Amino acid sequence: MVIHTSVRTGASLPDKPYGQLACEQVDVYYGSFRAVTDVSLAFGINEITALIGPSGCGKSTLLRSLNRMNDLIDGARVEGRVTFMGEDIYGKRVDAIEVRRRIGMVFQKPNPFPKSIFDNIAYGPRVNGIRVDSMSDLVEEALTKAALWDEVKDKLKQSALGLSGGQQQRLCIARTIAVKPDVILMDEPCSALDPIATARIEDLMHDLRREYTIVIVTHNMQQAARVADRTAFFTAQVDEGNGDRTGVLVEYGKTAQIFENPTDRRTEDYISGRFG
Amino acid sequence: MATYGIGRVVERSLAGRSRGGELSFRPVLFLIGLWFCLFFALLFLVVLVVTTFVDGAGRLDLRLFTEYPAAAPERAGARPAILGSLWVIGTTALMAVPLGIAAAVHLEEFADQKNWFNRIIEINVQNLAAIPSIVYGMLTLSALALLGVANKNMVWVGALALAMLILPVIIIATREALRAVPREIRQGSLALGATLLQTTLRNTLPAAIPGIATGTILALSRALGEAAPLLLLGGLVYLTFDPNGLASGYTTMPIQIFNWTGRPQDGFHELAAATSILLLVILVAMNAIAIIIRNRFQKRW
Ligand SMILES: Nc1ncnc2c1ncn2[C@@H]1O[C@H](COP(=O)(O)OP(=O)(O)OP(=O)(O)O)[C@@H](O)[C@H]1O
Ligand SMILES: [Mg+2]
Repeated sequence: MVIHTSVRTGASLPDKPYGQLACEQVDVYYGSFRAVTDVSLAFGINEITALIGPSGCGKSTLLRSLNRMNDLIDGARVEGRVTFMGEDIYGKRVDAIEVRRRIGMVFQKPNPFPKSIFDNIAYGPRVNGIRVDSMSDLVEEALTKAALWDEVKDKLKQSALGLSGGQQQRLCIARTIAVKPDVILMDEPCSALDPIATARIEDLMHDLRREYTIVIVTHNMQQAARVADRTAFFTAQVDEGNGDRTGVLVEYGKTAQIFENPTDRRTEDYISGRFG
Repeated sequence: MATYGIGRVVERSLAGRSRGGELSFRPVLFLIGLWFCLFFALLFLVVLVVTTFVDGAGRLDLRLFTEYPAAAPERAGARPAILGSLWVIGTTALMAVPLGIAAAVHLEEFADQKNWFNRIIEINVQNLAAIPSIVYGMLTLSALALLGVANKNMVWVGALALAMLILPVIIIATREALRAVPREIRQGSLALGATLLQTTLRNTLPAAIPGIATGTILALSRALGEAAPLLLLGGLVYLTFDPNGLASGYTTMPIQIFNWTGRPQDGFHELAAATSILLLVILVAMNAIAIIIRNRFQKRW
């Protein structure tokens, strides 16, 4: 299988990512079970980074540790450092709420609030006490950036639950954009969507890259190849210490290199479909 | 109709059995037994409702709402009892609903569910919901004795007993309603930088309101029909004035019914039946509202 990449290459993409957000030797535990082991990875500013790998290798776990959503899971614990603009987000004086405001998250299943479209978008700015001259302008801006404005501008007062799945997911992206984060994490954002809705979200990600750092988990390798500047391949391997399967980072590089010229045998097997 | 139903079910269970190759008589017998029990329960209910209507229909007129209890049944009415019920239930709601919702929110959204202390509270709430209502009357009575309150016939005292009675029910209903709100909604809110309190107040709790309203209305309707704890608390009084405050004397519809049923004259029995009809209508209406709310807002995600 040959996968063509259509992302930035060469001059526009530096060899090393300028890491605004980075993991340094991160282990993530659920109780005594170590789900992710020793991941060091820098996510480039204004780049899209894809996390790929077989099911259960800890992609979602790692993603949740990047904005402290893991704090909400009983027994989840992060060791090592996750730095955002040089500061450890698990530091003692860091507020998880502030971290999540700066590093937003879009989930696998669209999860609009049971409120109007307008209130869904305005929710983030409101809870964060962001003062704006006109909430309507902010809502319009966020919906426009999420390529949803034209479809919903006449029904902002209607329930968001009446939208289609693809529209709901773009609404969730718009909702995240509305709090003006620096980073957007997306966990399989298209897995519940049809190809047309998926294509729209991919276009959207390309547009958003100009302003945001985006990290996306995906099972769809064509999608990773289409949208990501860099790709990190993970796999689950047996830990010599205790025999548990734990997620490790196998290879990380520019998407073109990962897909066309992987250096690790496991990466090659996975992307050519011989594995996982 | 009932026999047709039994026939159908027996037929089906026989068919199912014989297909399985084994035809057993005992399940069928058991089924018939169950239908029989249901039939009897319904029969009693129907007889009760019909005789009440036959007895009370004649006295179900304006006088019931405007007149005070009197020595002669023709001049008597249930006005203070109806107003008393309103006062007591209103006060009960004011005491139990905010407290119950707050307790449920704490237990469901904030408390550490693994903590042994919280677990004990949880088990106790479940148990409290099953305790006979008279016990709450006794509890209130002894609390008053400790406080040295001599006059027990006050609206707030009756409401206190009823509020304790329905508090566990409201807590349980609210917790269930909160649990029915998908985790994804909470996560979505928290991922936007909302605090847990903001998430609860702006998202989880509003989404749970239909369920909470349903449970609360059902709990209040239970309190409305309760007589035992109020009898114990001196609610059985002969009132010829409207209750007019939290410390006012009161009587309620169930107590008035109890009172009139004990009189020898037929006229009072008719009055009791008429008041029962009124109480029944109110209870059915409350239950209907609860069902409508539940159906209107069911599963929006
Ligand atoms: N809440 C949790 N509690 C305990 N273990 C968990 C929890 N969530 C995930 N795990 C475990 O951690 C490991 C990694 O799971 P994770 O969901 O991160 O994998 P994934 O790479 O996202 O998989 P998928 O591609 O199927 O989404 C798995 O072994 C999983 O069983
Ligand atoms: Mg996952």
